[in-house]
Order: sequence, then structure tokens, then C-alpha cells
Amino acid sequence: MPFFAYVAIFLIIPTLVVVIGAFAGDGGGVTVANVKALTSGYIMDAFGRSILLSAVSALVGAILGALLAYVLVTAKPRGVLRRVVTAAAGVLAQFGGVTLAFAFLATIGLSGFVTVWLHDHLSFDLYANGVWLFELPGLILVYTYFQIPLMVIVFLPALDGIRPQWREATESLGGTTWQYWTRVAGPLLAPAFLGSTLLLFANSFSAYATAAALVSQGSPIIPLQIRSALTSEVVLGQQNLGKAMALGMVVVVAIVMALYALLERRTAKWLG
Amino acid sequence: MAGVNARRARKQRVLRWAVLLVLGVFFLLPLVAMVEFSTRDPQTWPLLVNWSKLSDAYPDLADGIVASLEQAALTALLMLVLLVPTAIWVRLRLPRLRRLIEFLCLLPLTIPAIVLVVGLAPVYAWVVYFLGGSSLTLVFAYTILVLPYAYRSIDAGLAAIDVKTLAEAARSLGAGWTTVIVRVVLPNIRTAVLSAAFLSVALVLGEFTIASLLNRTNLQVSIELLGKSSATMSVAVSLTALLLAFVLLLLLSLLGDRRKSTKEPA
Repeated sequence: MPFFAYVAIFLIIPTLVVVIGAFAGDGGGVTVANVKALTSGYIMDAFGRSILLSAVSALVGAILGALLAYVLVTAKPRGVLRRVVTAAAGVLAQFGGVTLAFAFLATIGLSGFVTVWLHDHLSFDLYANGVWLFELPGLILVYTYFQIPLMVIVFLPALDGIRPQWREATESLGGTTWQYWTRVAGPLLAPAFLGSTLLLFANSFSAYATAAALVSQGSPIIPLQIRSALTSEVVLGQQNLGKAMALGMVVVVAIVMALYALLERRTAKWLG
Repeated sequence: MAGVNARRARKQRVLRWAVLLVLGVFFLLPLVAMVEFSTRDPQTWPLLVNWSKLSDAYPDLADGIVASLEQAALTALLMLVLLVPTAIWVRLRLPRLRRLIEFLCLLPLTIPAIVLVVGLAPVYAWVVYFLGGSSLTLVFAYTILVLPYAYRSIDAGLAAIDVKTLAEAARSLGAGWTTVIVRVVLPNIRTAVLSAAFLSVALVLGEFTIASLLNRTNLQVSIELLGKSSATMSVAVSLTALLLAFVLLLLLSLLGDRRKSTKEPA
């Protein structure tokens, strides 16, 4: 079947190249030097920053996205608000990369709309403490822009599964709003919320284009480290370092996705 | 009880508008800023809509736009040619392979594009050897990238119809397998096929990682390049590309809505 041949060439072989290459020495032969090199200072730092960036943007995105999803659930089910916001979320969740980076450059770049406005009208300098847009805080802000819509999309079905009767039952038994959220809805929604947050984590951990367009100097996060490993002159003895870093990324994403699948199964139990 | 409900409804209304206001500003501000930024130089928009002048002034950008459109069309085509017959065939004859196909199709979701590039580099050395280094060769990698989305769409389309009965009916009337696929099954899943194609086009138009790191050109790569020389123009092009993607994906969600409403008679 042509399908299998195609997938083998353009998906399986590249995956194997990464996995095998990560353990191959420069002149052939098996070595763990590349993987060991991952623990060297700057790569560990990049992994750490990548994980921090993904965790913070996933958490912020998950909380704000869940709030927005809750607003949609309490609105009219087939109303204009819900339809418009879900359609917009579908579009914005895909909005990343170069265009998103430029959108933020036009907004809070050095001569951006908001930066200039704040400076002229409130004489407030957005970058009094250094230009944080091209560093971790800036990346977190920009990533949140596609994380919130993604959260709305993945969390909405779980919120829709919450029946109003459960709240009525809580009330008829004398429960307060606080008790309803902490004892009934909270525990029911927790697996779905955690699962969605993990999905958001994987999403920003794998993101490359936005960061690449925003950060041109230095390589604070691991996808950018891989870029410099691919594009710059290779240091002798480290030809396969890029592959080892790529393997490291796959391992992190695989762990996160496995946890996600586990939580998803738990959610499916009562959502079905 | 009624009083409690009214109070809760009021509270929910306040919360709703507060959340919508704050997030609305957050999401609209960058778009407004792009409009403002790209109109600072009054020359920008007239130049952008004038194709012949644009390709004179920014040949790289023109190349990128053309390359992206070609890549999008070819990717959608290759995806359909590979995926539709396979999905139908597996449903009809090899149901045991379904899990494997599903796994393979969803695999690209867990492999970040940046990782795929690392592995694709040696494969593309061979592609260049056989087919040359044109930017159109990216179509091979893009078809892999769109697999998860396209597969889910087509699989959902096939699940909604009775493929087996349709195929058996056609076969018993003397139709060959090509006729079954092209003239019997395909027309029945045309909404799914259309949305798979739309998704592929939208994804390819937004792709940057692979093109940039394999040193090919496309729309996003040329926008990034442009950002280094002409900030206003690059923001204007970004905004246009963005609006185009909005329209594509909104059309897509309308397609989905129509499919849902025909399935469940309300």
C-alpha cells in the first residue's frame, strides 16, 4: 500500500534517525556521549526554561481558558455569544508562528502601538527594567495568546457534561455554592482540567515558530537550541547533539501525553 | 428559591461581562495594533494589493506567496490521494489494521515539528538527489504534518455512512474498486473531504518551522525575512495572511456546523 510506504519514508525513518542518531558517535559506533552531553549546563538550562515557559503558559492559559469556557456554558447554548467565541477560539488556537510574533511586535514592540501610547499619554516606560518581550516573560505572554483558545476548545466538552441537576441536588440537600464547587463539580472536573493543562503544556513545549521569529539572539529554550545546533557550524564530537536534544523533547512530550491519555480515560468514564 | 436563582443569574452576568471584557481586550489589542502599525506608512496597503508592483519591490515575498499557495494545493491533493483510498480500504477489507493506521496518523501530533526536521534532514538529502531542491518538495513533509487533522476529519465522515453496504451494492451492480471509491463513497463523504482539504491548506499556509530549517521558502519564511528589512510591510502581510486563515477556518467551522445539523434533525 502506498500509504505505508509513504509514512515509512517521511515519518518512521525521520523518527528512527533521531532515536538512533542520538546514540551514534561522530565516526559511527554506539555511544551515550550525546545523551550525556544533555546534562551539561547550558542545555539543562534551556530544558529548564522550556519546561518553565510551558508550565506557566499552560497554567495561565488553563485558568483563563476554563473561566472563559464557564462563561460560555452559562450563556445560552445556541446563542450568538457561544457560537462566535467557540468559532474564534478554533481560529485563534491555530494562530501561532511568525504572524503571532509580529502581531505582538506591533503591539508591545519597541515602537509598538501600546508601548508608544503608554509612553505618550501616561509617560510610562513599558521596558524600564529591560526589554522583556524577547525573553522568557515575553514568550509566556505571547504563548498565552494561543493557549487560552485551545483550553476553551478542549475543556468545553467537560463543562458541558456537568448537569444542572447536580447543583439542584446539592442545594436541596442544603449545600452552599462553595460546597458545590469544592465537593461536587471540582472533583468531577479535576481530571479534565489537569488533562487539558497537560495538553497545553505539550502544545507550548513543542512550539518553535513563534519563539524563532521573536528571539533572534541567543537560544533560551530547547527548540531554539536545536535550531542553533542545526544551523551553526558543528562542534567536533557533537554532530549528533541536536538529535539527542530532539530525543529529549520527544521523551518529555511522550510522558506528558501518556499522562494526558490516562486522565482522559478517567474523564470519559462519567462524560460518556 | 427564585430569589437565589435571580441573584445567581445576576452574578453570572457580571462575571460573564468582566471575563469577556478583559479577554476581549487581550485578544483584540494585537489585531488593532497590527492595523495601526501597518497604516503608519500610507504606501504600504496600496502596494500590497498591487501584485506586479509588489513582486518588483519585494521579489522574495512574491516568491514566498506563490510557493505557499502551490504547497497548500499540492499537500491537500497528495493527502487526499494517500488517505482517502487507504481509509476506505481499511474500513472495507482490513479492519484489523485500523488501530495501526490511527496510531500512525496521530503520531505526528506527539512529535514536535522541530524534532521532525532533525530527522527529515537526511531524508531530504535523498529527495534533493532525486527531485532537486525546489520548495515544492516540502509537500512531502507537510502531508505528514496534516495527517492527524485530515485523518480525523475523513474518519468521522466515513463513520457517518455505511461504507460496507454502499460498496457491496455498487460491486453487485458490476462496479470496479476505482468506481466504488471515486463515484460511490467519495460523493458521500464530500463534506469531510472538503474540511480535511481546508484544514490542510490552513496548516500549510501557516507553516514555518520545516521550511525555515530546511532552507526552503514559503509565505511565513518570507514574512520573517521581510521583518528584518521592512517592519511595516511585514506586519501588513502578517495581518493579511491572518485574515485569510480566519476566513478559511471560519468556513471550515460553518461546514462542521452544517454537517452536525444535518445529522441530528432538531
